[in-house]
Amino acid sequence: MSTGKAAVEKGPTLSTLPGDDVRQIMWRFAERYDLQMLVQSARAVARGPVARLVADGARNTHEWTPEKAALLNAFDEAGITAVFLEPEHGGFIEGPKNLALALAALELAWVDGGAATGAMAGHLGLAPIHEKGTPEQSELYMKRSAPVQPGEKREQWRGAFALTEPIPYVGVDTGVLNGKVTVKEWKGGEEPILHVEKRGRFITNMAFANFVAAAVDTGDERIKSSCMVILEEGDPGTYDRGTPTKKLVHQLSSTNDPIFSLDVPASRIIGGYTIKDGVIVPNYSHGEIIDSVFKRTRVTVGLMTAAKLLSAVEPVIRYQRGRFRGGESDQPGTPRHDLGLQQKEDALHRLVDIWATGEAGASLGFWAARVFDELDPMDHRRPEIFAKYDIPEGRRALRAMAEWTERAVEYVRLAAKPAADRDQARFQELEGNELVQYLVTDALANVLCPAVKLWNTGHGANMMREAVSLMGGYGITEDCPGFLPQKWMDAQLEATYEGPEAVQRRQLSVTMTNAIFLAQFEEWIREMRRVAGMRPGSGACTLASAMELWLWTLRHLLEAKDAAGNPLYKGHRQGVTFPLADALCWLLASRSQITDMIELEERGPQNPSLSEGLAGFLRFFTDLCHVQAASAAGEVSRVCSSLVFGYNAHPSWKTDAGNVYDARELVVLENVMPGLCSCAVDALDEDLGAPLKRGPCVRFDGYEPFNLRRGKLDGCLTGSRLAKDNAARMLTEVMIPESLDYPQ
Amino acid sequence: MTSGFHIVVCGSLVPDPLQTLEPVQGPGGPGLKNEMMLPSVLDPWAAHALYEAAHLAKQTPDSRVWLVSLGPKARLQQLMMSIAQKAAFQLVAVDGSASGFTDCYDVAAVLAEAIEGIEGLDRSRLLLFGGRSSASRDAGVTMQMVGERLGISEQFLAVDKLEARSDGSLRVLERVEGGRYLASVCDGPPLVCAWSTGELPEPPNNPQIGMQNMRAIMPALQKARTVQVGAAGTDYRSVEVPRQRRDTRVVKMRRSTKSPARSSSGSGAEHGESPLPSTHTRRRHVTQSGPGSLDRRSPGLGGGERWEL
Ligand SMILES: Cc1cc2nc3c(=O)[nH]c(=O)nc-3n(C[C@H](O)[C@H](O)[C@H](O)COP(=O)(O)OP(=O)(O)OC[C@H]3O[C@@H](n4cnc5c(N)ncnc54)[C@H](O)[C@@H]3O)c2cc1C
Repeated sequence: MSTGKAAVEKGPTLSTLPGDDVRQIMWRFAERYDLQMLVQSARAVARGPVARLVADGARNTHEWTPEKAALLNAFDEAGITAVFLEPEHGGFIEGPKNLALALAALELAWVDGGAATGAMAGHLGLAPIHEKGTPEQSELYMKRSAPVQPGEKREQWRGAFALTEPIPYVGVDTGVLNGKVTVKEWKGGEEPILHVEKRGRFITNMAFANFVAAAVDTGDERIKSSCMVILEEGDPGTYDRGTPTKKLVHQLSSTNDPIFSLDVPASRIIGGYTIKDGVIVPNYSHGEIIDSVFKRTRVTVGLMTAAKLLSAVEPVIRYQRGRFRGGESDQPGTPRHDLGLQQKEDALHRLVDIWATGEAGASLGFWAARVFDELDPMDHRRPEIFAKYDIPEGRRALRAMAEWTERAVEYVRLAAKPAADRDQARFQELEGNELVQYLVTDALANVLCPAVKLWNTGHGANMMREAVSLMGGYGITEDCPGFLPQKWMDAQLEATYEGPEAVQRRQLSVTMTNAIFLAQFEEWIREMRRVAGMRPGSGACTLASAMELWLWTLRHLLEAKDAAGNPLYKGHRQGVTFPLADALCWLLASRSQITDMIELEERGPQNPSLSEGLAGFLRFFTDLCHVQAASAAGEVSRVCSSLVFGYNAHPSWKTDAGNVYDARELVVLENVMPGLCSCAVDALDEDLGAPLKRGPCVRFDGYEPFNLRRGKLDGCLTGSRLAKDNAARMLTEVMIPESLDYPQ
Repeated sequence: MTSGFHIVVCGSLVPDPLQTLEPVQGPGGPGLKNEMMLPSVLDPWAAHALYEAAHLAKQTPDSRVWLVSLGPKARLQQLMMSIAQKAAFQLVAVDGSASGFTDCYDVAAVLAEAIEGIEGLDRSRLLLFGGRSSASRDAGVTMQMVGERLGISEQFLAVDKLEARSDGSLRVLERVEGGRYLASVCDGPPLVCAWSTGELPEPPNNPQIGMQNMRAIMPALQKARTVQVGAAGTDYRSVEVPRQRRDTRVVKMRRSTKSPARSSSGSGAEHGESPLPSTHTRRRHVTQSGPGSLDRRSPGLGGGERWEL
């Protein structure tokens, strides 16, 4: 290993903060004018009315005020409400909308997470209908939710999504529902009238929602299963919006604990129903609907936290640079004047970490959004695709799926090879196979969604604390520019709602062992080595080594047992599965960051506006990738080592001292093999007494493959701190605007 | 009036005024540090002109609006992602420098040529709009030169209001010194209006309008002619960036039911439109509509606001 002295070379530097030209390429919407416009319009709302509300202290009340309500109109006018809708229902974006929603959420959360949540919650209310609703339900509620156009005379509806119930009922575990649906009246030949009893807790949009998609269990033997029903304001019975939640966060969204006791026609069951032997059989249980809804909306939440970190960069730099200006001894042109706190290495290094995390989170989130855009059309045709290939639904699908899993893995392997080196005919056959494509994309989406939600929000919240700390005392005041302390607190909600971290970890611990996902993961290891060959400073090799260590550890844990002989990788052993899930997220985030940097490198030269600054951006982003890959490597090392060794019993002097030398033996052996003494880790003293320690040191028999990988990974950190130094230097050189483009 | 206006708005991009603007001498002449990397906005006065144009076109059936922009093509495209959502217009793009250091004479020539080339433009119905000056150059002469090149001698500068009247005439309020307006009436188009802030707020973004506009904007960008405009032969002795703190002061005054107070000194204590001291009449450009052209009858701008420069 070469440890030669490497000076931090001067080269192209970061000229300005990355603007739209850069982001459009990295986040892959340079060709999408609809999305570029959406970004601009969402930004204008965020940095205009939203920022003014926050600056005016609108967050200081739990009540839903007219000022907060005015934001809804701003969302409508700016096209944010219509993002979710199909063009025939009043929308303007054709096709899947995950990337669009992700971008809108990022822009709004750049200023305020509550505003973003308020804008997105309407979509959440519609999502069950969008995913599983009948055509009639879609037509009705989507059109009603479209903003009113000039000349139209109708009221615009807004929706809410009610799953969570008062304690002790449904929260993280979506299974235990207390809300019930029963048959109220069922006259022969007519549509049944249902009665719904549901109490909600923490329901967003509830101060004004005209309809609610509510999860309820069956409370009647004439209804087969749980389902989701649409409740409307004006239905006979009680539609009580309840009291506002006393939130410490996201105060620009409305959250209430509502109470519903309503009679509704059975046609309100989302997705419809059939009648079998005098029993109403909902076409979808509440669980099926919720799974398909959260799968998509959680990605958006992850992007909200990434936005906070990226938005923190500019205010922190401005604060640091100006920290000592205006003092008596202040001299313009001196480092103290120009750089202020940026003269201090630690302040810079921490900001590099914050920025790197924000980049990785955004890259991961947008990757997930794009994957869902690919998956959506297939997912909506899933029943047809399964029928075409004779795959039964439910448990019986498992066996039928085995051979298709093999084909999907084969496809993944072929797709990763250059065209010249693979069986092209077979590749094309599999590429044209809808079921194979569905399985590959679905396996990836099932990992990416919880990964984004978990890592972006959880680790993001920790890093927001770092950002706040860089602002000193200012950081914990309402006056802090960029609303950083509010964002720190808001991040915690983002980590909680729509399923807190534990739910994401649980999901990952299942989906990350899927063979089709793991095949993709293995190919990424090879991909990262190739990347490293061409872009040595990007940290791709570090990442590849960390990925190998993680994969080895997963495979080991799937088979391994603990000291008591109990299997380790089991659903209830969250101490095993959860940390491994966390570690995977670091790897995925880092990989997505590197691929976005490569995208910029490859496509940036096509944009003449970037010609001046591209080299600097690439240099900086490459260093950030390296920094982040090293952080990921550190996490993975720590987690893997503790899992691989942490469940083993420590050797003891009583049972494992057999292989330990005693002092007399060593003297004799030293005469034969000089130097041996220094290699012997453990030795009994002359009276065969054990040294004062826990037992003989752990031996690594059988763990050589792990140690090899771990040792290699340590070495792979070479240069990563130099990358950090380099990125830190660029932070002192970057030109930032004179002031923030939203009020404080 | 039987047919609507053909409104051509001249406007291009300037660096976002919140950015750090640092003049530097580069190999290709003077410019701003990292100029190509700075986010840009539509030149603010020209933006007001565009919003006024879109509004007027909406009110006047059979009207059309073109935005003529000279700027780097890729940057113009980026700018359109926000501007195209705010108003309906057709873009006429010319690919060239939008730097604040280009010579206004050259810029005016390019703009006039581009306008002459607009297909379907009826010059007898032309309202030529632009900003009173560019935020990046602040010369305040480009629109007049474009007008001259197009043979339009009715020119109004620092306009805040243009009213299309039922008899086809146009009444224009221009800012003059002392917080007052010069009111003029013109028989009809063609005329040049270099706008101040106008009276309209910035329209909200609406991506639906944007998507409609983009269908024509992308082809317009693709066929943009490339031109050379620069500062060759110009020697800049000194360059000043705009001060962060502007001198404009908006003073809210209580709305009065009485007619506007008139100060005999003309010191600017009046609000709204007021009789002009005789020294201001030399700035009249409008002579066609006879004695009524200096309109002293109608009430002021309403709103009870006056501005001070
Ligand atoms: C502002 C706000 C808005 C909201 N909006 C909505 C809405 O619009 N609609 C809606 O339906 N809900 C909404 N919610 C509810 C939100 O989704 C739930 O609060 C969230 O899912 C967590 O559920 P809980 O509060 O019951 O937590 P609990 O279930 O009590 O969980 C608390 C903690 O216990 C641990 N834990 C729980 N279960 C497990 C497990 N199986 N394994 C390991 N650890 C576990 C975890 O650490 C978890 O974070 C909102 C909440 C808030 C605060």
